[in-house]
Amino acid sequence: MSIEVRGISKHYGDFVALGDVDLSIPTGRLTALLGPSGGGKSTLLRIIAGLEVADTGTVEIEGVDATRLPPQRRDVGFVFQHYAAFKHMTVAKNVAFGLEIRKRPKKEVRAKVQELLELVHLEQFADRLPAQLSGGQRQRMALARALAVEPKVLLLDEPFGALDAKVRKELRDWLRRLHDEVHVTTVFVTHDQEEALEVADEIVVINHGRIEQVGSPEDLYDEPANEFVMGFLGEVTTLDGHLVRPHDVQVHTSGERGGVPGTVVRALRIGFEVRLIVRPEGAADEGSDVVVTLTRTFARSLGLEVGTPVWLEPEQGARVVPVRRAPAAALDGDVLGAEGALV
Amino acid sequence: MAESTLTRRGRRGPLTYVLRVLVLVYLLLLVAWPVSLIAQRALLPVDDPGGLGPFLERLTEPSTVYAFNLTLTVAFWAVLANTVFGVSISLLLVRYRFWGRRALSVLVDLPLSVSPVVVGLALVLAYSSTRGWFGDALGSVGVQVVFSTPGLVLATAFVSLPLVVREVVPVLEEIGTDAEQAARSLGANGRQTFWRITLPSIKWAVLYGVVLTAARSLGEFGAVKIVSQGAEFNGETATLLVQNEYGAFNEPAAYAVALVLVLISIIALVVVTYLRPKEDRA
Repeated sequence: MSIEVRGISKHYGDFVALGDVDLSIPTGRLTALLGPSGGGKSTLLRIIAGLEVADTGTVEIEGVDATRLPPQRRDVGFVFQHYAAFKHMTVAKNVAFGLEIRKRPKKEVRAKVQELLELVHLEQFADRLPAQLSGGQRQRMALARALAVEPKVLLLDEPFGALDAKVRKELRDWLRRLHDEVHVTTVFVTHDQEEALEVADEIVVINHGRIEQVGSPEDLYDEPANEFVMGFLGEVTTLDGHLVRPHDVQVHTSGERGGVPGTVVRALRIGFEVRLIVRPEGAADEGSDVVVTLTRTFARSLGLEVGTPVWLEPEQGARVVPVRRAPAAALDGDVLGAEGALV
Repeated sequence: MAESTLTRRGRRGPLTYVLRVLVLVYLLLLVAWPVSLIAQRALLPVDDPGGLGPFLERLTEPSTVYAFNLTLTVAFWAVLANTVFGVSISLLLVRYRFWGRRALSVLVDLPLSVSPVVVGLALVLAYSSTRGWFGDALGSVGVQVVFSTPGLVLATAFVSLPLVVREVVPVLEEIGTDAEQAARSLGANGRQTFWRITLPSIKWAVLYGVVLTAARSLGEFGAVKIVSQGAEFNGETATLLVQNEYGAFNEPAAYAVALVLVLISIIALVVVTYLRPKEDRA
């Protein structure tokens, strides 16, 4: 294991940012710390980097107890959400910073900077100032700067959070490819489940200062440990007191095979998908509406439109998680309204 | 910036012109006209020979040269002290949270609101060779603070203390700690981080503060008046010389020195105006 976190707690006044967290992060993998804002994931990353001090617990990096080491002696590379570029230095100087601090020979520094700039595709920008770069380029520069000192672990705090959607996606793919080339143990924080599912080898879901689940993207998506994980890693809807993915709901146009009867109250077309909002029979308001997604072709073949009576059941083999409430309460509109926020 | 320019243009009505004239008249009567009279009197005194030659002659009188030397020496040390302490205090105020931080912040501003004469009196009480905490000790090693150059430096540093701090603090707050933390994670220790990252980021603010401090130091009168002997070749700074010569009916000399002081201030302002946009760009 590359990073061993044991019993880490951190409080800010009354607020518990992290409550007794244990975590092992494997060597050479790309791990995502995923969770909602304020869940404690960034705090955990900053504690690993030494930028924040935990109230209790220990951090071990590559077998060395780093709990009391200052950040400059932990051998970690850190990439910040807002780039933290050294604005008064050129791109090349930014990348060279860690090496110059270590007083490496000039020739070696120059060669290394050149190599890294090529790696992040910024070689033609070496003499520019950070202000002359786009956000994506600045973040690539920050990454090269962090990699220059050949850290044992690379920590990225919402690295693509400040970028627009298109650049974010490009950089995400690029980070994945870079990691396949460089193989440095990498931990990145994100609140974007798609980003985590797409890039990471392993995902750690963190909420309310606790770890909800650790596993591969497939494990988490297919076998969520609880309601929260299921809700956070993709869309969910409530069907008959169970959480289920909207695309895992089967729609029948007759009641022969059973299922929950209801009526289509809305049909939205989003690209190749159709989103049906189905109100179960006897439900008073939208609180207990079920969301179903189908391909457009399939919806058309069933002749589904607003007002069509349908019967719903979870797809065979689909993952369902019981809602942690009595079924009676599940029919209560108010409670389910709150549940709807998960969708 | 662009937006405010647009707004200003959009509201150009008769009221704008009235206000403009009002402000111009006010500034003219209060500042420009009186100051220009100084220049006029310095170069064309009423009863003495006028022109550039006599003007320069008055400035090269040994006592005048001494006064400017003293003023420059005092200003140099005051600026140096306030730059070092100003940057340190700013870092302390912005980067650390501690009990009494706000009280310290108010204390830093105090010199701006206290009358310089009071500052002078306070320093005399605290640092005279027979009184205060260090009075006896300093006296026994033969160091005289009050009524000599160190006292002048103290007084000048006191009154110009907040100028660097007030320039640096907002910039430090704005740049945040990300870059510093990045430097730390890249292996830089505190000293390296300060010299390579923090200081370059605040250098324009520091320079601006230094210029303001220098301008204030060169022109300080009240506090200096109290802690100085104030006699020719004996603690007479440029500002004191202006007053002494004026009182001794040697008005041409007083005006000549006064004009130099005005010119220095104008140069300082020009430098500051030139620095401002650079700081915005950084």
